[in-house]
Amino acid sequence: MSTPDLSVEQLDKRFADHVAVDRLSFAVERGSFFSILGPSGCGKTTLLRMIAGFTLPDSGDIRIGGRSMREVAPNRRPVNMVFQHLALFPMMSVGENVGFGLARRGVNKAERARRAAAMLERVGLAGAASKRVEELSGGQRQRVAIARSLVLEPTLLLLDEPLGALDLKLREHMKIELKQLQAAFGTTFVYITHDQSEALVLSDHVAVMNRGHFEQVGTPQQLYYEPATAFVAGFVGANNRIPGRAERVDGELVELHTAQGWSVRARRSGSVSAGDPVAAFVRPEVASIELEAAQLPPQMARYAGEVQSLLFDGANSAVLIVEQQTRFEFRVALPQTGRLADLKPGAQVFFGFDPQRAICFTAGSVHV
Amino acid sequence: MMLAVLLTPALLWLFALIILPHVQLALLSFRERIAPHTYAASLMQYRTFFSEPLYWGVFVRTAIMSALATALTLLVAFPVAWIIAKVARGRASSLLFVLCLIPFWVSETVRALGWLILLRESGVLPTLLVRLGITAVPVELLYHNATILVGLVYTSLLFMVVPLVSSLESLDNSLIEAAYNLGAKGPAILRQIVIPHAAPGITSGCIVVFMLTLGNYLTPNLLGGKNSQWFTELIYTQFIVRFNWEQGAAFGFLLLALSTGMVALGLRVSGQRFVDVMRRA
Repeated sequence: MSTPDLSVEQLDKRFADHVAVDRLSFAVERGSFFSILGPSGCGKTTLLRMIAGFTLPDSGDIRIGGRSMREVAPNRRPVNMVFQHLALFPMMSVGENVGFGLARRGVNKAERARRAAAMLERVGLAGAASKRVEELSGGQRQRVAIARSLVLEPTLLLLDEPLGALDLKLREHMKIELKQLQAAFGTTFVYITHDQSEALVLSDHVAVMNRGHFEQVGTPQQLYYEPATAFVAGFVGANNRIPGRAERVDGELVELHTAQGWSVRARRSGSVSAGDPVAAFVRPEVASIELEAAQLPPQMARYAGEVQSLLFDGANSAVLIVEQQTRFEFRVALPQTGRLADLKPGAQVFFGFDPQRAICFTAGSVHV
Repeated sequence: MMLAVLLTPALLWLFALIILPHVQLALLSFRERIAPHTYAASLMQYRTFFSEPLYWGVFVRTAIMSALATALTLLVAFPVAWIIAKVARGRASSLLFVLCLIPFWVSETVRALGWLILLRESGVLPTLLVRLGITAVPVELLYHNATILVGLVYTSLLFMVVPLVSSLESLDNSLIEAAYNLGAKGPAILRQIVIPHAAPGITSGCIVVFMLTLGNYLTPNLLGGKNSQWFTELIYTQFIVRFNWEQGAAFGFLLLALSTGMVALGLRVSGQRFVDVMRRA
């Protein structure tokens, strides 16, 4: 196996009142798109700034391309960064922005202009070199910021929530573009975001970060279908969280009772003993809804409920149901065929889910 | 209509206190007394200025010293403004700003007299130098060009710090980090990012300081004494000592032309537009 482009060993950073990064170790493979996903304040920005060299770690080491960065100043690291608000230089033209790093390396003016123009062409901005930064649209600026970094051929490109400032439509578009750019250049991208959809769509691997440590590192599919912790289950994708107490543990299956007495069954993750406080997670698309109980697949546990509200969102439409006895709120995805789209609040329905596809964690690991 | 009413005080002030006296002075400067109470239109006042080496010598000296004082003020004020805008946080930043402001609570005269107490031959600093064995006898620290410059820089500092702080505060820190991340070092960042961003603030600070220095009378006079040779002193002498209002008026207009010319030159060199600069100030 080749040397990873980035390897972080026992990295630790504490501020006066909290631990920002807690003895973190991980490696990022060459050429991959690696995302660090976490809520604000989880330490992901501090981690990124330590990789870039703007913040010094208390202990531990960062290796980029196999070389320790401990004594290396930020302007000498083989790392470039796309800033949250891009930080393009408004006092310079687009071409000068892209050529800035080359100029610092002593590349002469003609060569600089040539390489900047070539790079702009690769990101789809041919002929924009003489424009002012303000003349560009949000998406174009994004591409200039990436071009400005990639023209230096860094080992690693760091991206600090670069899509955060864009409006939704453009963000969706830029996601696809970023992924294509990464594939085209083959540079290792380390991307931090609090937006799980960005992380899932873009990445080869995602690390879910919480309170200074990684809860889970895996492919987007692993995070989604096999969350390792309750935090990951709650943070990645929509999920129904059912807190309660384990009544019975029967092999893989746990029978859980909520405080109100609703009984559900779910597959356990990790060790769960009877009497433990637990939480079960059921994805809205794992659950089914029908007007007649008999229409639900036989392996499903069935519950009666009442429609509280319909959450129409195209393909992501869902219905909010309250369980009849315990008034527990449960979210179920609507069939994509448009069937049941005419449900009205107050309607009596049946819903259920396959216990094998619901996951139960002990509440000790619940940080949500 | 409403606008006209609102503008009236400003227009009155502009007309009565600035335009009217200047028109009067302009008329004065272009005449010559040929006999008691008899005047004729003439360029003699201006001709005298150019033919008398003392006059234009002092004029050029004032311009050079003012430019020098402005440059020194910028050099001193820039780090101060940088610390206030970028290094100090919250209360510390406000406190530093207030510290810059405090000397301006006393009048310029008192401040200049303070320098006299410190620097005169029997003053604090020469005595201290003797005590420390650095000089054998007390030296006179007043009445040197350097003394005048120190006094002028001190007097002007605030007027440079204020526009610099406001223009540096608006500089996004991530631009500096981005430049650093792209391989730049301190001097390159200063030259390529910080100074271009702060250019309107630098220019407006320089314009204000240069004008104030050029037109300063008190500080050069008190700290430089007979050696100061400041152009405003010549104007004062013509008006008050010699009762030669015609000559004084001509000198006044020459000073106005000088400051206008230097400001225009400064704007041209720094590539700034006057309107942008004044908006920043």
